Amino acid sequence: MPALLKIILRRVALGLLTLLLVSVLVFAATQAMPGDTASAILGRAATPERLAVLREQLGLNRPIATQYFTWLGGIVRGDPGNSLVGTEEPVMQLLGPRIVNTAALVVAAAFWSFPLSILIGSLSGLFRDRSFDSSVSVGSLALAALPEFVLGLVLILLLAVQVLHVFPAVSMVNPQLSIWSQMHNLWLPAITLGLACVPYIVRMLRGSMIEVLESEYVQMARLKGMRERVVLQRHALPNAIIPLIQVIALNLAWLAGGVVTVEYLFNYPGIGSALVDAVRNRDVPLIQAIVLLIAAVYVFLNLTADILTILISPRLRTGLR
Amino acid sequence: MSADDWAPATERPIDAGDAGAAEAFNETLGHDLEFSPARRKHRRREWVQLLLDALHYRRTQVGLAMFLFIVAIAAVGPHVAPYSPTEFVVAPYAKPSAIAKLGGDNLGRDVLTRVLYGGRSVLILATIATTVGMILGVSLGLTAGYARTAIDEGIMRLLDVVLAFPSIVLVLLMVSVLGPRPWLIVLIVGVTHAPPLARVVHGVTQDVRQRDFVEAAESLGVSHLKIAFTEILPNITSPLVVEFGLRLTYSIGTIASLSFLGFGMQPPAADWGLMINENRMGLIIQPYAVFVPVMLIAILTIGVNLFSDGIGHALIGLDRDTGSA
Repeated sequence: MPALLKIILRRVALGLLTLLLVSVLVFAATQAMPGDTASAILGRAATPERLAVLREQLGLNRPIATQYFTWLGGIVRGDPGNSLVGTEEPVMQLLGPRIVNTAALVVAAAFWSFPLSILIGSLSGLFRDRSFDSSVSVGSLALAALPEFVLGLVLILLLAVQVLHVFPAVSMVNPQLSIWSQMHNLWLPAITLGLACVPYIVRMLRGSMIEVLESEYVQMARLKGMRERVVLQRHALPNAIIPLIQVIALNLAWLAGGVVTVEYLFNYPGIGSALVDAVRNRDVPLIQAIVLLIAAVYVFLNLTADILTILISPRLRTGLR
Repeated sequence: MSADDWAPATERPIDAGDAGAAEAFNETLGHDLEFSPARRKHRRREWVQLLLDALHYRRTQVGLAMFLFIVAIAAVGPHVAPYSPTEFVVAPYAKPSAIAKLGGDNLGRDVLTRVLYGGRSVLILATIATTVGMILGVSLGLTAGYARTAIDEGIMRLLDVVLAFPSIVLVLLMVSVLGPRPWLIVLIVGVTHAPPLARVVHGVTQDVRQRDFVEAAESLGVSHLKIAFTEILPNITSPLVVEFGLRLTYSIGTIASLSFLGFGMQPPAADWGLMINENRMGLIIQPYAVFVPVMLIAILTIGVNLFSDGIGHALIGLDRDTGSA
């Protein structure tokens, strides 16, 4: 299938191009701004001597293109530079354990919320316009509207502080131990993050379920006299599942961004709270690395979902431009 | 299936209203645009009709009531507040009393007063940000949809790049350089709305540009840009109303979140997001300083979302009616 391979390669190339542009944008926003990163970092503490030292350290005296390629080269080699704050640790050393923690949080959130939302969404499509469907509809509208930190605070008030006292309100993660051995710190952030995903998955699944149920092949199966259960199992569900790949990829990508406020709220030591701290400290190399990482996760997940979709759905394989 | 349908769905569809908006876009165009110039006179009446129809739905009524409740607090609040928002009235985290009906905040200021003052900033900033996003998204979508392939491809690719950043992350990136300024936040939140909006408008514009009245205008020598803005834009205003509501929900969420993170409104401003941040350490002793702003932000976002979803429903209904007539 050389044609198929060509399409996939084109998609990969497009993904790489997007990544490259993303890196240009991140770099341009932080390092190439009018005004000087060094004086922005030092703020009121800026003296001519300190400015000169910091400019040298950041390589701000070199041409902007050289700065960009040096930086990009470092990223590609897995070394986005050193933090500007405190002990000036290498960024990767700072981020390593935090990436693991955030990944654990995202996985925990997806683990409970994706299957549940898929179930609710399918049922909602199946019982379209009945009372179950309309209450799910209003519920997910409300849930979709709430910012994550509001959702998290409602949960804290209900489950940790005021009404019940089931969970700790703040994560006290021991950095010496693996996050899996201190699961109690994961519960509330994972519930919050997972809940924020529910309405989107429910919506998409409901939509694709309705589309499949109204399709000709399902009508045909019914006309053949198949039992409804068999129609659903053999024809409806497998086809409603295809868009699921996109759904899962999109929501995983979104979770990677949604961690910012949730981690900050629960004081959870992941990349989201690291980003908030880095912005507060104007720790430019750390900010660049985290923002690039979040955007790269998004591009990568989208790319994977697209390729998987092309591979498994014959209709798209032939219908592509 | 047009090329755009197959483009990776890079933004999470929002909800029924969003799907409804896209559907409505296509349905409106299906039958409206052929008669576009002749029907323009009736446009305003149809727009009013849409709002009236939307108000038949329970969710629109509830949503509108919730939204107006918040607007009323923001508008009237500062005039009826018992104290100044920066005045120290009671002890820090004082319990509710006759002096301070909702208790004191982390510095002993009156929570009720700060709540009454704290809605304006988020409402105003979110509205401007959404408007900026609408203008950007619609202009870019129309231009790309009408331009020749290279410009079209260029604009849409660049928008894909912006899509790769969650809006709060993009704002944080810019704030880290330029500081937490209201104009910057409004601008960047607006920029993050542009790609999804441009996509919708782009798809529609491409469909429309082969239609008879557009080709007629082209053969008369009317410029492409003028056709885009005078022939196509007036026909998609109703669906854009729905989009505005949805985008407003998002703007409110992002701007409130920024204040909560400490990068939005700066102390000593009275702002709901900021209040939550300032007072959450006292959650156990004095929950009202957090609970009340949390509830008000929730009422606002849920209200706007319900309202725009109702309009989305009405739009589909409206189009079905005229479509069958």
